Amino acid sequence: MNSIVSIQNLSKVYEGGHQALKEINLEIKKGEILALLGPNGAGKTTLISTICGIVSPSSGTVKVNGHDIIKNYRDSRQMIGLVPQELTLGAFETVWNTINFSRGLFGKKRDDAYLEKLLKELSLWDKKTNELRTLSGGMKRRVLIAKALSHQPEILFLDEPTAGVDVELRKDMWNIVRRLRESGVTIILTTHYIEEAEEIADRIGVINNGELLLIEDKKELMHKLGQKQLIVELKEPTENLPNLLSKYNVSLSQDGAKITYTYDTRGDGTGITSLLQAINESGLVLKDMQTTQSSLEDIFVHLVHDDGFDQKEKNIDQTAKEEKPDAH
Amino acid sequence: MRINLQAIKVIYKYEMLRAWKTLFQSLASPVISTALYFVVFGSAIGSRIDTIEGVSYGLFIVPGLTMLSLLTQSIANASFGIFFPKFTGSIYEVLSAPVSFFEIMVGYVGAAATKSFILGVVILITASFFVDLKIAHPVWMATFLILTCISFSLFGFIIGLWANNFEKLQIIPLLIITPLVFLGGSFYSVSMLPPFWQTVTLFNPVLYLVSGFRWSFFEVSDVNVGLSLGMIVVFLVACLLVISWMFKTGYRLKE
Ligand SMILES: Nc1ncnc2c1ncn2[C@@H]1O[C@H](COP(=O)(O)OP(=O)(O)O)[C@@H](O)[C@H]1O
Ligand SMILES: [Mg+2]
Repeated sequence: MNSIVSIQNLSKVYEGGHQALKEINLEIKKGEILALLGPNGAGKTTLISTICGIVSPSSGTVKVNGHDIIKNYRDSRQMIGLVPQELTLGAFETVWNTINFSRGLFGKKRDDAYLEKLLKELSLWDKKTNELRTLSGGMKRRVLIAKALSHQPEILFLDEPTAGVDVELRKDMWNIVRRLRESGVTIILTTHYIEEAEEIADRIGVINNGELLLIEDKKELMHKLGQKQLIVELKEPTENLPNLLSKYNVSLSQDGAKITYTYDTRGDGTGITSLLQAINESGLVLKDMQTTQSSLEDIFVHLVHDDGFDQKEKNIDQTAKEEKPDAH
Repeated sequence: MRINLQAIKVIYKYEMLRAWKTLFQSLASPVISTALYFVVFGSAIGSRIDTIEGVSYGLFIVPGLTMLSLLTQSIANASFGIFFPKFTGSIYEVLSAPVSFFEIMVGYVGAAATKSFILGVVILITASFFVDLKIAHPVWMATFLILTCISFSLFGFIIGLWANNFEKLQIIPLLIITPLVFLGGSFYSVSMLPPFWQTVTLFNPVLYLVSGFRWSFFEVSDVNVGLSLGMIVVFLVACLLVISWMFKTGYRLKE
């Protein structure tokens, strides 16, 4: 495997005695988008901060492109850009100065053309002479992204990039993430929103209580989750399933008012159209219908629940997604 | 060994830029207070005091006054410079950059020391409007000035690393430095004190600073010049040792 970050048996015990990371083993592939999914307090920020050099590991090793993060910290950090979770910015410097400062910290010569392009991409160009304290929260987040990218890193860490972020910024951010990925940048983001991981990631890792519970290709994960159900409500209940429906994977509810059809979303055809036709031909009258899908949420809730995680703490709605039927 | 010169440069540059924005208040307040000291001590009271070891009182207090501002401003500049990024959290980017602690220190302390040096020069220029200032040993004067700026900026840097709230940031300059300066012979010759207090004063490190600095102007001193120089160097080395220990343990910078 062509891994760019290699984490072995990484543990972190904070001064107070709290163990925030427990023997983490993780290989991050070059060029991938990896989402680390987990509830608050899971250890996501600790993991990222350790790789970036802000938190000292208690035990274990981390290598970035073969460079040990402690022995060869200059080489490892050179490759990394970090967008922190909190809006940790100075107050009195201007946007332009602060990104030049960030770039300089990484030992890079000034490059006004690149920084101008970066600021424009983040809609910050007209704010370049503004002092940081005068910016709104969303603008500050943009500045943090610009700072992280100011030295053209090969690995980008985004710690809860969309927490409290407006639609516009979220859109811009995903555009940048996609562009960076196309140019070969490896991206690691943390989130506690499953939809986000689902939307953007190539691989998904689930972390809770300092443990990495699962790491898998999103596609594989989705494959496991690919089953969908169509529930057809009937105007008049029926006692038995009509013969016409016997070739479909359907079941009848006990009261005879609902027919549930299970199908694979990744198949060529879902069979919904012909099923509905068959229902029609059987003389049954439709009242309503809906589809449900098991999602990453289900897996997540399942994993985290098994792990003894307190349900009240999490930000995830446990009910399966309910959607109107797709147009087929 | 690799050195990230660019990083030292930007830390230094943006620390200086920060001072530039508040240039007026960072220079106006010491200039005004120096002028006030001259009016009150130099003229009003000084006119009733005889010369001290052949030096008029107005002249005699110039080195002490300069030291008072240098010490407080070096500490204030350097401690605030590193405390503020810790306070806002923006220190994360320095910690996650390919920068050594040594380079961080050189950037922050270098900028703070430069600012105090400029301030020292401005105060001496201000003083020259009130008294006829002559410097007997300019090279020694500059040496004392520079060493003081550096060592007390290092000391301020330690305070900035140590402090985790604004109160702690203020308390050491207020409770320790100001009394030491006032009791360290800044405004009088130690020989004017009763013998017991003379001995006590010998334990005040600021005495050595002021005495050596004053010698470079008027060739009068409370203690031997070599001893003064030695004491500053010892203080500077001690600060460096403390900082290197703090860095090694990641003290209040890294979890
Ligand atoms: N500086 C610290 N000192 C002590 N405990 C900490 C510190 N930072 C985080 N923790 C604890 O470590 C655990 C993991 O925190 P964190 O990595 O921030 O989780 P996440 O980013 O997944 O929300 C939490 O229980 C948190 O309280
Ligand atoms: Mg976090």
